[in-house]
Amino acid sequence: MSVGLTHFLVLSSILFSLGFYTVVTRKNAVGILMGVELILNAANVNFVAFARYGELPNPLAGHVFPIFGIMIAAAEAAVGLAIVLAIFQTWGTIDTEKTTSLQQ
Amino acid sequence: MVDQLLSYVPLSLHVFMALATLTIAGACGVAFSSNIVYSAFSLLASFVGVVGLFGFLSHDFLAVVQLMVYVGGILVLILFAVMLTNKIQDVGTSNPSSNLPMGLGVLGAILSILLAAVFQHDWAVKAEPGPYEPTAQMVGAAFLGEYLLAFEIAGLMLLAALIAAVVVARKEVKKEGDAQ
Repeated sequence: MSVGLTHFLVLSSILFSLGFYTVVTRKNAVGILMGVELILNAANVNFVAFARYGELPNPLAGHVFPIFGIMIAAAEAAVGLAIVLAIFQTWGTIDTEKTTSLQQ
Repeated sequence: MVDQLLSYVPLSLHVFMALATLTIAGACGVAFSSNIVYSAFSLLASFVGVVGLFGFLSHDFLAVVQLMVYVGGILVLILFAVMLTNKIQDVGTSNPSSNLPMGLGVLGAILSILLAAVFQHDWAVKAEPGPYEPTAQMVGAAFLGEYLLAFEIAGLMLLAALIAAVVVARKEVKKEGDAQ
């Protein structure tokens, strides 16, 4: 049995589920952002696996889309962590169960 | 015994399994560790595993981009955020979780739905995946040809994100004579 599309789909399913679990259960806002990164990585693995193994009308898309995904992830991480730092400066904590209001 | 097993299974499967184990073990560390610093370093393992998987799938340019942006950029940013937002005394409980049973239920439900979808659908698969070849030239031509508009807009979005991050995260400096 050689490595095929199914292997990568199973891997990215597990990666996505673990990322979603992290987003759902974490109280630390930075931990939640880590879960989002895992989810984005799972999506990128899927794009690349389909580009290599799947029958696509335009195989170039599988090379280009993950790079856009990484760009989005970089922008999301920068703005998200800046917001986390701003919340920490205002509240003194980033526990999402304590920071429940938009104002002080 | 081990030699026999190795001769039955192709080398590519061993490489894939090693990379998949690294990726998923890292993801498990992110999901289940009670210390946020350990979570951040597990995320490093997961990202490096994904870099290997991209190389395995013959996306060499993407693997380098992943290494530079995720490991070199986003992970360092996350580590900075961890160091700036946690106090040294709450190392043991810096990454608390809530509702573990519900979370595990959601994890199992989503995983079973996704795996059912993966195995039930008949994916259109190429007979032969094609040879390993360099992709940088192809990707560059695509970005400056077919995807030029999207590329420019992505650059604009990154600039906006950069400015927004600076504006949101800076400390407000109040001058002495300012009205309250």
